[in-house]
Amino acid sequence: MDLQNLWFVLIVVLWSGYFLLEGFDFGVGMLLPFLPRDEDDDDAMFASIGPVWDGNEVWLVTAGGATFAAFPAWYATMFSGLYIALLAVLFCLMIRVVSFEWRTKSESPRWRRIWLWANAIGSFGASLIWGVGLANLLYGTPINSSGDFDGSFWDLFNGYTLLAGVAVVAIFAFHGATYLTLRTQGDLLDRAGRASRRLAAVSAVLGTVFLIWTVVVAVDRNDKDVFPPVLPAAIGIAALVLAVVLAHRRNQLWAFAMTAAAAIAVVVTLFTSLFPRVMVSSTDFANSLTVSGSASAHYTLAVMSIVALIFVPLVLLYQGWTYHVFRARVGGPRETPTH
Amino acid sequence: MILLSDTAVDLARAQFATTSLYHFLFVPLTLGLGPIVAIFQTQWHRTGDEAWLKLTHFFGTLFLINFAIGVATGLVQEFQFGMNWSVYSKFVGNVFGAPLAIEGLAAFFLESTFLGLWIFGWNRLSPRVHLAVLWTAVAGTWLSAYFILVANSFMQDPVGYKIVDGEAQLTSVWALLSSRWAIYAFGHTILAGLTCGAAVVFGVCCWHFAKGRNVEVFRPAARVALIVLVPVSCFNLWFGSHFGILVTELQPMKISAAEAQWDDCQKCAFSLFQVGGFTQNDETPRYSIEVPGLLSFLSTGSFKGKVTGLNELNQQYESRYGKGDYLPPIEVIYWSMRGMAYAGSFVALVAVVGAFLYWKRRLERLKWFLWIAVGTSVLPFVACALGWMLTEMGRQPWIVQGLLKTANANSPAVGTTWLAISLAVFVGLYAILLVLDVWLMRRYAGRDISTMGGGESGESSPAPAIGY
Repeated sequence: MDLQNLWFVLIVVLWSGYFLLEGFDFGVGMLLPFLPRDEDDDDAMFASIGPVWDGNEVWLVTAGGATFAAFPAWYATMFSGLYIALLAVLFCLMIRVVSFEWRTKSESPRWRRIWLWANAIGSFGASLIWGVGLANLLYGTPINSSGDFDGSFWDLFNGYTLLAGVAVVAIFAFHGATYLTLRTQGDLLDRAGRASRRLAAVSAVLGTVFLIWTVVVAVDRNDKDVFPPVLPAAIGIAALVLAVVLAHRRNQLWAFAMTAAAAIAVVVTLFTSLFPRVMVSSTDFANSLTVSGSASAHYTLAVMSIVALIFVPLVLLYQGWTYHVFRARVGGPRETPTH
Repeated sequence: MILLSDTAVDLARAQFATTSLYHFLFVPLTLGLGPIVAIFQTQWHRTGDEAWLKLTHFFGTLFLINFAIGVATGLVQEFQFGMNWSVYSKFVGNVFGAPLAIEGLAAFFLESTFLGLWIFGWNRLSPRVHLAVLWTAVAGTWLSAYFILVANSFMQDPVGYKIVDGEAQLTSVWALLSSRWAIYAFGHTILAGLTCGAAVVFGVCCWHFAKGRNVEVFRPAARVALIVLVPVSCFNLWFGSHFGILVTELQPMKISAAEAQWDDCQKCAFSLFQVGGFTQNDETPRYSIEVPGLLSFLSTGSFKGKVTGLNELNQQYESRYGKGDYLPPIEVIYWSMRGMAYAGSFVALVAVVGAFLYWKRRLERLKWFLWIAVGTSVLPFVACALGWMLTEMGRQPWIVQGLLKTANANSPAVGTTWLAISLAVFVGLYAILLVLDVWLMRRYAGRDISTMGGGESGESSPAPAIGY
């Protein structure tokens, strides 16, 4: 595999990591207004993702940086083309980041409510927009012959991309619920389990339709054969169906593994459908950006490969350790006050 | 000077300036407060004295309140290159993207993950590991600063590249990583960050001294702050002026602009203050106070050195790059340079006087000085902001020195309407966050430390004070 394709794969890995990890912390965020009965529950839910959300978000930062370094033209067109969508994502992420640190900094219930909602809205908004945004890479946006986006904000919305957004929201919410069944206890655990069972069918249906539609779009609009995109799509659908069954059988660990697989399958299906292009042009298919056309020169890719080879395993190692350290369930009966 | 006709570029610049200056209020505090909190925790670990633990929690909370906004606003910086400056991104991505991506992989992952471990790890990690976790996070923040400054240094002094098909391509990553500019900028930034962190800790201690509360607990904190602040703030004055000599070599225009030096001169005087003299039609100041020979010394290292004037430099640039106006906005740069230097010097002065008073055991009782010290804690941040204005505005009209002009680097796809809206969104959101941040900082900086948990890192202790 040459380095350009390797970097395409690495960017898929970074987005997969982001969907897998931030997917559940977005999910927990979205469930914040619904699951808790009292402030202790709020605290428990925040505590379940408190130690890890920041590390999870770095997967996005790194995906952005890696795209900039390895595919400058892709980064430039995607970020300027999805301008308003990304502005909205930044807004969502900012209010969310701040909510984690600041919510407990005042005793006022109103202050705490505001930040809880900031987190929930930020989580929901960012999930929705990432779904719409990534689906647009495949569905196609107006890109002119010099490789620049020349459409408007409204060009980003159509049936397929909207469904992508909603499906990602549903899958993340489901993923967040299965995560909570592993990390909470007592009454909150029961409610998290119930939420996961309620969300299961909805996200399985939305996810299945979205994955099938993705393969259709790949064939129709990106000149792909059904295979290989159908492969990750099928795995995603199977994972979702299994997740429904496992959630109902209350097999928490495997249900979580399946929602995780589904989150990854969304990314892998989209990018497999895209390859060898990185952004499809709806103006003229010939204007589409490709892996080889937007990649950096060999030397940059070689340097970056060495860096990635050293640091990605290290990151996995210490992030894995973090999850090990914080494996204990949160909340439940308390021996000590936490404020 | 700035292309006023091109509204899109102006708006994109206004947005970058606002968001960067804002981001850089929190960055230096993170860089400087992190190690000081780590010193407190190390002292607690070594001595077992609970006062150190209380200080760790007290200042750790201030650290985290700001770290949150630093992270949130940092994301905007990374996205903004592609969003507003797509031509620039394509032009430099091969080179500039690499340190950004390495920053993510090698530094940002480290600081974010380990900070999460530190915040929540009080009762789950052994004290030794927990301390190591904090130092690792601090190392991550410093490493992060280094890679970001490597990226920025390519805009000031491009090295390690060649131009292929109108794009910069990396030829030597070592040349990039060891660029003289990057090394100097890193040193200057870290010293500035430590100055910010130590000045804030010292200011908070002085505030409590002035109120006469918990003097005993804050005294050791004030000592640590002074031990950091005195050498660092003094050394940075020297270091910054040495950086100036390098800038004179690499970006003579920036330095001559910062001095409003229109004509070539030898044994040039440094103007401490001047009225007028900032435009080509008005080159001679109406009034000025000057120190003979100092400008030559600051920009060349010798009192007899020659400094090339703006008019001559513009001619040189015209013969190299074609007809045009290569002057940055003189008056803004002149004053940012002075504001930075004067603010930095005042901080150093307060630090030295503070240390003297501490040594004489009079610090806690001299109210007038205590209030000056409280006010002074803002100055390092002002100096940082002015320093970046000098660095970035002094490079204009270039976005990458000598290679690409700012006016040609923005995103063709992004119109003025949305630029105006996004600028408004950021300004609005940032203003709200700043108000809340200052309110939280005041609240937490004014807390009664004696009521804080300090018990044997037991369940009931600090986690809550620090946790989310």
